[in-house]
Amino acid sequence: MADQYDLIVLGSGPGGYVAAIRAAQLGLKVGIVERELLGGICLNWGCIPTKALLRSAEVFNQMKHAAAYGLAADNIRADIDAVVKRSRGVAKQLNQGVTHLMRKNKITVHMGNGVLKGGGQIEVTGDKGTETISAKHVIVATGARARDLPFAKADGDRIWTYRHAMVPPAMPSKLLVIGSGAIGIEFASFYNDMGADVTVVEMMDRIVPVEDADVSAFLEKSLTKQGIKILTGAGVESITTSAAGVKAKIKGKDGSSAEHDFSHVIVAVGIVPNTENIGLEALGVATERGIIAIDGYGRTNVPGVWAIGDVTPGPWLAHKASHEGVIAAEAIAQALGNAEVHPHPMDRLNIPGCTYCHPQVASVGLTEAKAKEAGHTVKVGNFPFIGNGKAIALGEAEGFIKTVFDAETGELLGAHMIGAEVTELIQGYVVGKTLETTEAELMHTVFAHPTLSEMMHESVLAAYGRALHI
Amino acid sequence: MPIQIKMPALSPTMEEGTLAKWLVKVGDKVSSGDIMAEIETDKATMEFEAVDEGVVVAIDVAEGTEGVKVGTVIATIAGEDDDEAVPAAAAAPAAAPAPAPVAAPVAAAPAAVPAPVVAAPAAPAGDRIVASPLAKRIAGEKGIDLSTVAGSGPHGRIIKADLDAAPAAAVAAPAVAAPVAAPAPAAAPAPAAAPAPFSTDIPHEAVKLSSMRKTIARRLTEAKATVPHYYLTVDISLDKLLKLRAELNSALAGEGVKLSVNDLLIKALGKALMLAPDANVSFAGDNLIRYSRADIAVAVSIPGGLITPIVTGADVKSISTIQKDMADLAARAKAGKLAPHEYQGGTASLSNLGMFGIKQFEAVINPPQGMIMAIGAGEKRPYVIDDALGIATVMSATGSFDHRAIDGAEGAQLMQAFKTLIEAPLALVA
Repeated sequence: MADQYDLIVLGSGPGGYVAAIRAAQLGLKVGIVERELLGGICLNWGCIPTKALLRSAEVFNQMKHAAAYGLAADNIRADIDAVVKRSRGVAKQLNQGVTHLMRKNKITVHMGNGVLKGGGQIEVTGDKGTETISAKHVIVATGARARDLPFAKADGDRIWTYRHAMVPPAMPSKLLVIGSGAIGIEFASFYNDMGADVTVVEMMDRIVPVEDADVSAFLEKSLTKQGIKILTGAGVESITTSAAGVKAKIKGKDGSSAEHDFSHVIVAVGIVPNTENIGLEALGVATERGIIAIDGYGRTNVPGVWAIGDVTPGPWLAHKASHEGVIAAEAIAQALGNAEVHPHPMDRLNIPGCTYCHPQVASVGLTEAKAKEAGHTVKVGNFPFIGNGKAIALGEAEGFIKTVFDAETGELLGAHMIGAEVTELIQGYVVGKTLETTEAELMHTVFAHPTLSEMMHESVLAAYGRALHI
Repeated sequence: MPIQIKMPALSPTMEEGTLAKWLVKVGDKVSSGDIMAEIETDKATMEFEAVDEGVVVAIDVAEGTEGVKVGTVIATIAGEDDDEAVPAAAAAPAAAPAPAPVAAPVAAAPAAVPAPVVAAPAAPAGDRIVASPLAKRIAGEKGIDLSTVAGSGPHGRIIKADLDAAPAAAVAAPAVAAPVAAPAPAAAPAPAAAPAPFSTDIPHEAVKLSSMRKTIARRLTEAKATVPHYYLTVDISLDKLLKLRAELNSALAGEGVKLSVNDLLIKALGKALMLAPDANVSFAGDNLIRYSRADIAVAVSIPGGLITPIVTGADVKSISTIQKDMADLAARAKAGKLAPHEYQGGTASLSNLGMFGIKQFEAVINPPQGMIMAIGAGEKRPYVIDDALGIATVMSATGSFDHRAIDGAEGAQLMQAFKTLIEAPLALVA
C-alpha cells in the first residue's frame, strides 16, 4: 500500500508545525497529528500567553512609576481576571493563525492521540474513533510537560504548574515559587508586579543558574529590591495544603529547616519530555531518561523516525524546536531525493535564551566561566545601561551588557545582557555569532543613535579597552 | 594610524621563518610593492613586499632572528598623515640580540591590516575565497592556506569547523587535505629535534639544521611512518628513446634547445599517468582525489637539501616546453627563489639518480602525492630483442605507491604504460 504522506509530524507545537510548513514548502505531502490545540504549549500555554501577562505587569509597573515621567495616574489597580482574559485572547488569535497556516500549506491536520506502529504507520485516536495513517518519515515533536515534585503534586488549587499559574483561580496573596529558571522567575516577576508577596527558592547557589554569574548576581539584587524574597542554596522539604493555605518546610543555606505559610505554590523545577505511550519503546527508539537521542539533523537510531524540540536534548526552548523542525524537514526532503536543499546541523552555542522578568535577561553562547572551563583565554567587555543616553531617557538605567571573546582569535564566545529590551537586542549578537564574527566586524559596525543597541557596540569596545562612553 | 607589519605566512606549511635580511631601515619611505625584507621559510628565501604605504617607524624583529612565528609583528610603518612618522633613527632595535619574538596573538587594533600576506599561493587566480571572518583570522594565525580548505557553510563558505578538520600547516597541496594518520599521534611532528642532546667521542662538528633540513626530516618521517609504501620495478630499454632524443636535439639545435633524457622521462611519466589514471590520485582522509592533469614534481638537489619544483601539465606540454620549464625551475631552486606554489602540490614525483650510476632504488613518497618514480642508470645490458639475445641500453625504474590510494594492479598499469611509452617513444611527441 502506498504511503498516504511523505511526512507525518506528531505534535503541532512550535517545532512540529514549523517542520510541517517547511516540509510542505519543499513539496512534501505532509500530515500533522495534534491531541489538543494547534500551536502546542508555546502558543496556547507557554511563551505567548505569558508574554501577554508580563506585558500587563509591565504597563502596570510603569503606571505605578508615572510620576517619575511627569505623569499622573491615580487610583491605579490591577484586575487579574481582565489581565488573564487578555492573555487568553492573544493565545486564541495565534491558535487560529496556525490553523490558517496549515490550510494555506495544504497540511492535513489529524486531531487525536498518535501512536507510532512501525513501518511508518501511525494510529490516531480522536473523538471520532481510530484511524491509521502512514508516511515515509515521521517526526516526533510531542514536547514536554512540567516536572512534578513527589511531595507537591500540582492540584490546580493551591499547588500550580505554569499552566495553572497562567489562569489563576484566585490572585495569590503570598506565593512560593520553587525553581528559578526562566519559568519560575517570570512568574515570580509577574505576580510580584501584580501585588503578591513572592518568595523564590532555588537549590543552586544562584538564581537563573544557566546564565552568566554576573547576570545572576545582578538579577538577584534587582528582584530583591523589588520586594521578592530569594532563597538560594535552599530546598523545599515538604508541602502540606489545607483550606487555609500551604505550609512549606524550607531548608535554608545554613542547613536549618523552618516552616513558612503561603497562599499558593508554583512548581517550576524543569520539564519531562512527552515520550511515553507513543510507541517509541516498541520501535526501539533510543532514549536516555526519556530524552530521545538524535544527531545534528534530528535523526533517531530508527530509520524514518526523527525527533525535534523538547523531546530531544535541551535547551528546551521554542525557537530551538522550530529551528530543529526546519533542519529535520530539509534533511527528510534531501533523503527523499531533493538535491536543492542543504540542511545544516544545529549549533547549540548559537541558540539565544531570553527571560522576560523585569529587568529582562538574554544571552547566547558561553558564559565567562564556561568559556574558561573550555580552555579559552578570554577578553571580557562590560557596559552598563547608565552609560547609555537612550536608557536614561527611557528611565531604564538598570542593567549591563557583557561580551566574552576568545583572546587569541577574537571569536565572540558569548553575550550576556540584563536590562530593558535586551530580549530584542540579543539577536544582533546571535546573527554575528552565526556568521562567525570576530571583534573586528562588530567594532566596524555602525550602531544607530540613540538606541539601546549602542551598548552592544560599547561592550565589544570595552573588551578591548576602547569603550567610548565610560 | 601606524600599521603593524606581521610575519607573513608565505606558504601553507609555514609556521615560522627566519628574518634573513632587512632591506629597509627606520625612516625609509615604502610604498606598495617595495621589497621590505628577505624571509627564509622552510623551503626557500622569499622576498617580502610592502602592501601599505608609509614610513618605517620601527623594526621590531632584528635581522637574522630565527623562528619568528607567523603573525608576530616585525615592523611598524606609519601612514603619511601620522605625526609620529620619522622618529629618531636610533629607535631601531636593529642590533638587539634576538628580541624573543613572542607570538602574541596581536588581536589589537581592529584597523590593523590582516597580515600582509603575499597573494595566497595556491589560490586559482580570480577565485574569491569565501570564508567567515573567524575562519580567515584563524587561518591567518595558523598559516593555513584557505584555498586548500573545502567550505561546508552556506554556498561553500569556509567556517571555523572546516579549519578544525584541516590540521594547521600540514596541508601541502591544493584541494587535498594532508593525509593525517589520526590513530598514530606518536608520529612525532618534529623528529629532527632530538629529545636528548647528542654526545659522541668521535671528533665531529655539529651543523645547525636549516629550516629546509628540518622540513625534509619531518615530512619524510611522516611519509614513511604513515603511508603504506609498496614498490614495483620494471626494466626499460632506452635505445629508441635515446635515438629519438638525438634526432630531436639535432632538429632543435638551431633553436639552441637541448633536451635531456630526464625531460623525456618527465613527459613519459606525465603521459603514463593519464593512460593509467587510477595511479594519478591522492589519498585524502575520507576522499580519494582523482586528478585530471599530471603535474610532475622533479627532485632537484640544491645546497643544503633538495626541493621538488613542479612541471605542471606534463601530460600535455611539449618536451621542449618541459625542458625550458625545468631549466628555469632548477636555476631558481638553486638560488632559493622558488615561490611556494612552484614546489608544493604535484600529482606524482620523479627522482633520477642515474647520473651517479645507481642501478635501482626505491624513493619515499612525497605526500599528498600517491606515487614517486625512481630512475636508475641507463646501462648496456644483455637484453632479449625479438627472441634473440642482444645488447640494449636498459634502465630500471621503480615506482613507490601509496597503497591506501593505489592498488598493486593499478600501480602495475602505470609502470607498464611508462615502459611502453619509453620503448615506443614516438607517442611522446605525438
